[in-house]
Amino acid sequence: MSSLFDVIFTTEFAFSVLRVTTPILFAALGALISNRAGIINIGLEGIMLVAALTGVIASAYTGSAWLGLTGAVMAGTLIAGVLAFFTLKFKTHIILGGVAINMFASGGTVFILYLLSGDKGSSTSLPSKVLPTLDIPLLKDIPVLGPILSGHNVLTYMSILAVFVVYYLLKRTPLGLRIRSVGENPQAAQSVGVSVVKVQYTALLLSGFFAGLGGAYMSMGYLSLFTRDMIAGRGWIAIAAESMGRSTTVGTTLTSLLFGTADALANALQVLKIPAELIGTLPYVTTVIGLVIYAVSESRMRGKKLKEKG
Amino acid sequence: MTSQLLEMKNITKVYPNGVVANQKVQFSLSEGEIHAIVGENGAGKSTLMKMMFGMEAPSEGEIFLRGEPLKLTSPQDAIDKGIGMVHQHFMLVPSFTVAENMVLGMEPKKGVGINYSEAVRMTEEMSKKYNLHVNPKAKVEDLSVGMKQKIEILKALLRGAKILILDEPTAVLTPQETEELFRELKQLKEQGHTIVFISHKLKEVKAICDRITIMRAGKSEGVFLTRDVSEQDISKLMVGRDVVLKYDKISKPYGSDILSVNELSLSDETGKALLENVAFKVRSGEIVGIAGVEGNGQTQLVEALTGRLSVRRGSIAVKGTVIQGYDIGRIRSLGVSYIPEDRMRQGAAKEASISDNLISTQYRSKEMNSGLFLKGKTIGKLAAKLIEDFRVRCSGPAQPIGMLSGGNMQKVVVARECSTSPDLLIAEQPTRGVDVGAAQFIHQKLIELRDNGSGVLLISADLNEILELSDSLLVMYEGQIVAYLEEPSKVTEEELGLYMLGLQRQDDGQIRRAVES
Repeated sequence: MSSLFDVIFTTEFAFSVLRVTTPILFAALGALISNRAGIINIGLEGIMLVAALTGVIASAYTGSAWLGLTGAVMAGTLIAGVLAFFTLKFKTHIILGGVAINMFASGGTVFILYLLSGDKGSSTSLPSKVLPTLDIPLLKDIPVLGPILSGHNVLTYMSILAVFVVYYLLKRTPLGLRIRSVGENPQAAQSVGVSVVKVQYTALLLSGFFAGLGGAYMSMGYLSLFTRDMIAGRGWIAIAAESMGRSTTVGTTLTSLLFGTADALANALQVLKIPAELIGTLPYVTTVIGLVIYAVSESRMRGKKLKEKG
Repeated sequence: MTSQLLEMKNITKVYPNGVVANQKVQFSLSEGEIHAIVGENGAGKSTLMKMMFGMEAPSEGEIFLRGEPLKLTSPQDAIDKGIGMVHQHFMLVPSFTVAENMVLGMEPKKGVGINYSEAVRMTEEMSKKYNLHVNPKAKVEDLSVGMKQKIEILKALLRGAKILILDEPTAVLTPQETEELFRELKQLKEQGHTIVFISHKLKEVKAICDRITIMRAGKSEGVFLTRDVSEQDISKLMVGRDVVLKYDKISKPYGSDILSVNELSLSDETGKALLENVAFKVRSGEIVGIAGVEGNGQTQLVEALTGRLSVRRGSIAVKGTVIQGYDIGRIRSLGVSYIPEDRMRQGAAKEASISDNLISTQYRSKEMNSGLFLKGKTIGKLAAKLIEDFRVRCSGPAQPIGMLSGGNMQKVVVARECSTSPDLLIAEQPTRGVDVGAAQFIHQKLIELRDNGSGVLLISADLNEILELSDSLLVMYEGQIVAYLEEPSKVTEEELGLYMLGLQRQDDGQIRRAVES
């Protein structure tokens, strides 16, 4: 047991929590925006995958990591736009649309990868770039905090910034007000001239934008290449984090951090003699436990409310 | 008379399914008046109002605003032209504050964000100007219905409404809240606003309206100055029969009590009474009709009788067995059948075949079910027989019921409910939206059932139907039985109208006859 604590109570572990939370957090913020507009985007996983590949390709062909990032985000937004087009314009069921996006992404990325690199597994032959890491002056010299908070990928810092941006967007801007009204009572929004479809379009595009950032991080920060199905369920975990966080920005951020911790733990524990497969289930077990806790507390709250009403 | 603010000329509205909701309706609104549109459910009030607010386009006819032709394609158009509406179901976002609801869609900005303090200030200003007191920072979900209505009115006023349409605004209010609303409306009128007040509560109409347009069956019956007409006059124009149906019924003495309801009371979560001491009985060989304007407790009564709503006060007994707490299957096994009012949602499974729908209440029985599989042959025979008996026009028992016309679909539902020879049939609006031929056929079947000794409880908004079929008639108003009439065929529409609209009520002794006779 002591070796377990040796692993956890280190600055390296705390550093890795932030590192692995980044993609989950980005996607969860994306899920948050679309869910608040009353439209559940289950295509996040696929959007992240497409963005990850686009980032690698764009950076390899332009030689610039920043253009790669731009390409990844544009791809993510575009795929979300396709999903929005089919579900909002042609009334495809959003779940079916999302499933289609995920399957298309899973197969399509391998196909494109093979066309460009002749490899079906990874993009090792492509000279893709990696986004820089940032050493924060002053902060990096503070003991304990310095090694934890400094030296992350630029996208990790952006994800933290994104939390504040999304919080402000939803709470304090006209768009945020409209997004929330459309999610809660679309008739009310419509009756005062807010276009429900337009707001939902915007929300889906934004969710694609954030998922795109998450995808770019996977192949240009977390790893330095694209491998097939490299998102490995992070898009789904993000959806779980959003719902466990009760569709609030703060809650979503905290649960994303919780899942990130579980993920980091799974990585860290691999040095111990616990079967890797068992450790690999940790994030998912956390998801299940988290959802159970959520469901129980929710039903208790409801019970209490009913009692109060008499 | 002041100038005409808004005029609707020769308005006809035909819905795509062929229903004629408005026929050559004339409507005119003078500046600064409170104008009531009264009529029964289905008289075309809502349709007329939807066209005024741009939610529907008239099929024929023209609308003029201050003499200029007006084309409305969306509610936004109407809002831009100064027409506002307070819907019966509030258009508010519960988790938002009052101020947020007020400014939604027209948010004051500060940089990229909302200028929330400006929103609060705007709300306070409107609130003060129109003397409608609301707390701008309160969350809407915590507010009472009366408060929410004030917010809705303020919302419309903030968007520049000069004409305010109120759709049955008092339906959800307590008497005190209603009085307050009336005071507020009169004040709005003094400040130069024009109000269209849709209602079927005549007392209220008399209390605050200047003029009344009466509608019946999609036509306007005329415009009157409120002071020139009595409540009785209005009721006479509102309630009426178009065609008189006649059926021959054998008169037989009634048998034993099939259904007895005693002192049934029920209130909603806010404490508003939905049913109050409802008591009556249905005997074997008797059709008991329940008449009333919709929304006076009939729905709740039927839900209680069919086991969908649990009732704590009072008792319901079928053939002497108290059925409270029974699930629907057990109530049905006592010999109760039910024709629901909404055949699309409750009466039939649209995608399923006619024969599946026909056996859906009895597929568990030994005759239909061998334990593992359904007995296809028996079911097929039964379905074929019912289709023939009830003259359902279809391609065969396997056709999905959703492909049939309304009348034929309803015949299938009626066939299913009658085929089990029930002791009690509860028929809720059995011929709504059904063609005349099918309606008559269904009426015959109900009479046949009665002649064979079943008890029938008929709830209907169709006066024709209820007066002709019923052996005795109950009238409901605001959750109470206000009249028990033993010879419905001799009752005039005027008399019935007085009871239905709450202008008259029998004394308790007369009403008690529903239980004691």
